[in-house]
Amino acid sequence: MKPKTVDRIATGVIVTFALAIVAILVGLLGFIIFRGIGHISWDFLTSKPQNLRAGGGIGPQLFNSIYLLILTLIITIPLGWGAGIYMAEYAKPGRITNMIRLVVEVLSSFPSIVIGLFGLLVLVNTFGFGFSLLSGALALAVFNLPLMVRTTEQAFRSVPKAQKEAGLALGLSKWKIITSILLPVALPAMITGTILAAGRIFGEAAALMFTAGMSSPPLDFTNWNPFSERSPLNPMRPAETLAVHIWKVNSEQLKPDAAEIAAGASAVLVIMVLLFNLFARWFGRFVYRRMTAAKRMD
Amino acid sequence: MSVANTDHAHKPRPKREKHYYEDWIGKIYTSICVVFLIVVIISIVFFVASKGLTTFVKDGVSPLEFFTSGNWNPTGDEPAYGALPFIVGSFTVTILAALIASPLALCAALFMTEIVPGKGKRILQPAIELLSGIPSVVYGFVGLTVIVPLIRSIFGGTGVGILAGCLVLSVMILPTITSIMADAITSLPGGLRESSYALGATRWQTITGVVIPTVLPALLTGVVLGMARAFGEALAVQMVIGNAPHVPHSLLESASTLTSVITLSMGNTASGSVHNNALWSMALVLLLMTFIFVLLVRLLERRNRV
Repeated sequence: MKPKTVDRIATGVIVTFALAIVAILVGLLGFIIFRGIGHISWDFLTSKPQNLRAGGGIGPQLFNSIYLLILTLIITIPLGWGAGIYMAEYAKPGRITNMIRLVVEVLSSFPSIVIGLFGLLVLVNTFGFGFSLLSGALALAVFNLPLMVRTTEQAFRSVPKAQKEAGLALGLSKWKIITSILLPVALPAMITGTILAAGRIFGEAAALMFTAGMSSPPLDFTNWNPFSERSPLNPMRPAETLAVHIWKVNSEQLKPDAAEIAAGASAVLVIMVLLFNLFARWFGRFVYRRMTAAKRMD
Repeated sequence: MSVANTDHAHKPRPKREKHYYEDWIGKIYTSICVVFLIVVIISIVFFVASKGLTTFVKDGVSPLEFFTSGNWNPTGDEPAYGALPFIVGSFTVTILAALIASPLALCAALFMTEIVPGKGKRILQPAIELLSGIPSVVYGFVGLTVIVPLIRSIFGGTGVGILAGCLVLSVMILPTITSIMADAITSLPGGLRESSYALGATRWQTITGVVIPTVLPALLTGVVLGMARAFGEALAVQMVIGNAPHVPHSLLESASTLTSVITLSMGNTASGSVHNNALWSMALVLLLMTFIFVLLVRLLERRNRV
């Protein structure tokens, strides 16, 4: 065969496969959303689930997911940003830095179920936190930290060198340069990375099954005292999240309308993750405009 | 420090001290964050390893039985702890998923970088990012409601099994592999490509003769990272694979993976029992495989730099 014919055939094959991937995505999203959207209503989003009868919603699960996400971010942001800054600004090339890099790499490749088991062993049993939001948030923090460290480091490294040199020329301390010159420039990318990571932890289930638990106690949504037993804000209560709920409904199949509930909950989960993605992009650009004089972000 | 200094010698001092003080705060704070990471990883390895080794050290299960016997019956009168079916299941779905996903990912990466660089990237990049954002339980749900019935209607049987598992996994790992491959091809110096075109080579000849051989280690890095993700994925696989504790003989047969059996049994076994400890040994195997995957990636990256 002539090389030109081969080239044309190969191009055709590549284009077909690439379009097939787009088709898979469109099909997947379309299926999830259209299958579930009919089931989503205000009542579905706010009411309690039923165990054996048909009907019931995902109210507590949705609340748990959001609350757990906030708790996780409170833990990971100071730690992840701090470690990222260390890697970008303080770490000197050498054996120790290589080792830390390896640690971050290994930590980010651990299967989430192993992190869940570690949480079960150490947080739930050894530390005695029990199946609780706190255990879940700490396990998710382990899961989330490496990602956060990496995006922060990249954000700091992408700041132009001249900015730092200008700070040094002014005789500022290193920490002052980091917090008042580099951080404002790096912040949009850091926030975008954080929100994207938040989308990922929102849908995480395997690490939570053994830490935050697979049940929700009856919650009293008028009680906002975080130390009260039935308060939704109590961090020491077990909490089943939306993703765990989908898994449970699918694998137990006790309810007559389990498939419908799973479809509705999946649609909610996917729509939330999509919103996180869109919001991350918009917010990153917004902060960038606020923090700098630039009109556009390239 | 001498106290006998005159006043004017003192003057620049406070400013300098504030400078140092600030620097120390920054250094100590960021170092604590890094130390925390190291403590976390050491404790994960320590706790999982100490639990996982209990099976062999204290409970007297022979490692030979654990790794080579296909007989898993921890609740029987004569309990047997052969984890081979799960190890085989994990490797089978991982390798098959990589075999399905890698060519697709390579096509997508080439489409984005070589065929229609600007436009292709604008179509595919968001698609890839969205695919990677879909939570694994949702993949499991779609697998259960679309792929399993589809397999049932085409091949008969129950529909759950290895085939359903690796199809779901291959879509899940597609974004990981594609984005790494696309990055690798983009980072190729433009001169190489242009000199190939200047010699009169077609695009396909350039791709197979210049582009792919040059970035091969980086392409393989993508495949290994995808496999690492597939190996550790728990819930999506557990939902579609059927969870039967035997070594499967066909793609349509129900099977189990290490992750799926841990997911299902961990909650139902008493902590400290041999059954429970055997599950921890499987977690240890998962952990060791993670190290092997990271090692492979490191080796490939070293090849890439040369």
